[in-house]
Amino acid sequence: MSAPVAPAAAPLTELLGAHEAKSLLRVLTCGSVDDGKSTLIGRLLYDCQVLFDDQVLGLENDSARFGTTGPGALDFALLVDGLAAEREQGITIDVAYRFFTTGRRKFIVADTPGHEQYTRNMVTGASTADVAVLLVDARHGLLTQTRRHLVLVSLMGLRHAVIAVNKMDLIGWDQARFDAIAAEARAFAGRLGLHDLTCLPLSALTGANVTRAPDEPGAAWVTGPTLLGHLESLTPADDPANGPFRFPVQWVNRPNADFRGFSGLIVGGQVAPGDAVIVQPSGRTTRVARIVTADGDLEQAEAGQSVTLVLADEVDVARGDVIATASDPCPVSDQLAARLVWMDEAPLLPGRGYWLRAGPALVGMQVSTLKHRLDVNTLEPLAARDLGLNDVGSCTLALDRPIAFDPYAHNRDMGGVIVIDRQTNQTVGCGMIDFGLRRADNVHWQPTRIDRAQRATAKGQHPCVLWFTGLSGAGKSTVADLVEQRLHAQGRHTMLLDGDNVRHGLNRDLGFTDADRVENIRRVGEVAKLMVEAGLITLVSFISPFRSERRLARGLLEPGQFLEIFVDAPLAVCESRDPKGLYRKARAGQIPNFTGIGSPYEPPESPDLHLDAAAHPPEALADAVVALLRERGLI
Amino acid sequence: MATAPGRPAPFALTHLQRLEAESIHIMREVAAQFRKPVMLYSIGKDSSVMLHLAMKAFYPGRPPFPFLHVDTTWKFREMIAFRDQRMRELGLDLIVHINRDGVRQGIGPITHGSAVHTDVMKTQALKQALDQHGFDAAFGGARRDEEKSRAKERIFSFRTRTHRWDPRAQRPELWRLYNGRVAPGESIRVFPLSNWTELDIWLYIHQENIPVVPLYFARPRPVVERDGALILVDDERLPLAPGEVPQERWVRFRTLGCYPLTGAIESHATTVPEVIHEMLLARTSERQGRVIDRDGGASMEAKKQEGYF
Repeated sequence: MSAPVAPAAAPLTELLGAHEAKSLLRVLTCGSVDDGKSTLIGRLLYDCQVLFDDQVLGLENDSARFGTTGPGALDFALLVDGLAAEREQGITIDVAYRFFTTGRRKFIVADTPGHEQYTRNMVTGASTADVAVLLVDARHGLLTQTRRHLVLVSLMGLRHAVIAVNKMDLIGWDQARFDAIAAEARAFAGRLGLHDLTCLPLSALTGANVTRAPDEPGAAWVTGPTLLGHLESLTPADDPANGPFRFPVQWVNRPNADFRGFSGLIVGGQVAPGDAVIVQPSGRTTRVARIVTADGDLEQAEAGQSVTLVLADEVDVARGDVIATASDPCPVSDQLAARLVWMDEAPLLPGRGYWLRAGPALVGMQVSTLKHRLDVNTLEPLAARDLGLNDVGSCTLALDRPIAFDPYAHNRDMGGVIVIDRQTNQTVGCGMIDFGLRRADNVHWQPTRIDRAQRATAKGQHPCVLWFTGLSGAGKSTVADLVEQRLHAQGRHTMLLDGDNVRHGLNRDLGFTDADRVENIRRVGEVAKLMVEAGLITLVSFISPFRSERRLARGLLEPGQFLEIFVDAPLAVCESRDPKGLYRKARAGQIPNFTGIGSPYEPPESPDLHLDAAAHPPEALADAVVALLRERGLI
Repeated sequence: MATAPGRPAPFALTHLQRLEAESIHIMREVAAQFRKPVMLYSIGKDSSVMLHLAMKAFYPGRPPFPFLHVDTTWKFREMIAFRDQRMRELGLDLIVHINRDGVRQGIGPITHGSAVHTDVMKTQALKQALDQHGFDAAFGGARRDEEKSRAKERIFSFRTRTHRWDPRAQRPELWRLYNGRVAPGESIRVFPLSNWTELDIWLYIHQENIPVVPLYFARPRPVVERDGALILVDDERLPLAPGEVPQERWVRFRTLGCYPLTGAIESHATTVPEVIHEMLLARTSERQGRVIDRDGGASMEAKKQEGYF
């Protein structure tokens, strides 16, 4: 066997140096298969020689099986559509990430589908992109879809966009046609405040003006940079390293009693030992003592680096806090104006409790006001009571505690948030914070001399809420009324809130949609809380069909003060009783959204008391409730 | 005090520094968000990089999670020796899990084929280990540039109670915000190297001087040719055809798995820079040497849905 011949090692140092020095650009591509988006990406990968022989071989096999480009031609779309369902249906469903390198730059391409039902995927891809490339078919010009893409690009805060006018070969490189499309695109982008818009004519199929200057007949007028040339030379406008120092704390690093550091990724500005910093939201100030990494302490660090900070003073810092430059701290608020993009099949309901993740911080959140929904094709504000899948809305978010943030336009990492459903744990939406509302800063809790414990003592009782839930006609109000009579006879101070009665007054403005039902229960929960603070045993008799709102009401009270009583009778029994004739009307279609018929009832999973209202008379049920109060030591 | 290595100019991070910072950020999120995470350690180059990053992420502390190796009993002998040496050097807590049922049934790649062997000894074994210890998050070293279905997977990838992956119901993943909330029994697979390419891995191994299994470097090794793949005769379990004699050839591996399922490539690259140089000239992808990936166009996606990493 022959002696080994090592590859020439001489140019290697140079080669490694060149690779190290390359900067990274994150590119979003949007458009549909019809626009030639997948073909464009396949073309870029192919021309930049990212594809290996075995992948090209696989592509040849796939093209023969599923291809749409005719015999012998490579169907690049198949390279890009990775999921089996996508290949079968010839569509792109999900965001895919592609990687390629040229002599000058490294690229990560987030490839996203174009149709309206995939808005959430495009928004996901856009969240980390520096520049968006929007595909337009030269034959069709600017479509509604292209306008929506431009709206979303501006909504997600991208500063740079490219309109790639594709299939120029099919219109004979008609310059007038291209100019018309470009002018229309610029006018629309200008209205959105998207000022860096570049329009390029190209053909993804042939590669003309993608990676090489076009030499086709009629294309002599195309003199500018190719698409790849443009992407190689583009300088991203906002470098977070230029902003004020921002460091969300992910992890308190405390391996032993001698070391206490705060680990995180710098998302804004720079830092050096000695810098004055403020811990937010608490507001304590101190100085940076050390910037610790496994490679040794640093003299300075900047946005994009993961480090561990040691502070000069023993200040209290926890995960979710932000360490910021003391001279230019973050706004802090628990009331935020934000734009939300909804990403779940179940609609966003104002008043319902969700989780909000803002950097490492996780806080309880509800939408207190849904100001309007935005038409994603035109940006027109539309009236709305909820947000459905792919809707964009302008909202006020009420948090259960204040957070430090920056407006999304200033810093994407400090102003971008996700919304998480409390029951399914799904990521159901994302949001861009615009500003904090003053309300939170100026409305303080007024301390009062007499507190709830003193009021309760004066009445000689333990206030609590008895929350009766169940279908209409199950007997909630009857049982609640009997319980109140018994408590009253014992000299207890009580109050009964009845669903129908409250709807005549406080909740007169609410209807029976899901959104209104949530608000209905939120208000009643707050009123019940006030009653408990007044020292009263409060009976609430409401259908309250949704688990999450009942949990919200429970969360308003101290542990042990909220007793959920499930008045359980089968729908058929309730319907046969029909004391107010409502079931008959609902069945006749006269009452939409009637619980049990047009709207769901979610039974409690673990109520404090489960009453079988079909098997026992109301008197026996009332006795069971009074027994529960005794058992819990409340009377 | 020192500035970070390989920093060309002030205030300009290199591509590798950004990748490193992102991976460390992901690891810290997992440590903070989960009750009981674990890091899969498969001994290969990606695992070596992931382990190195975990040591850096919690410095001066230690990684706050154990490491897990799912041993199919068919790994290259050099891999096992390297694994035990590294864990000893770093003083780490390693759990080695073998599917004992599979061993009892005599499951192996030669007798049962790659599909059955991989399912029983890798996928099922992994699920056993995760269930047995009640891990709610598991790090894996997969990269998006490896394979088409991986290109669509999230960094935090949700798994049901039965470890299934549903590519159509993935959680949207925006900015640097990772949603690790799960109900009891559900879990998240975490891929901190998602945005690294094969080249990045080698450049980083070079920059950080990370030890890797010597099988990645060329030397004369006894191999036989099977279906166009060069298979190392690593032990006596590999049956030889009558008259078949293993040949000494200069070979190395781009990827490491079970030895009868992993093809070598002819090479003379004996150092990391030579490997990188060879890769820049390469015309085939690294997974090409993996017999299991050839089982069908969407085979990786199907395996992942079943719980494969």
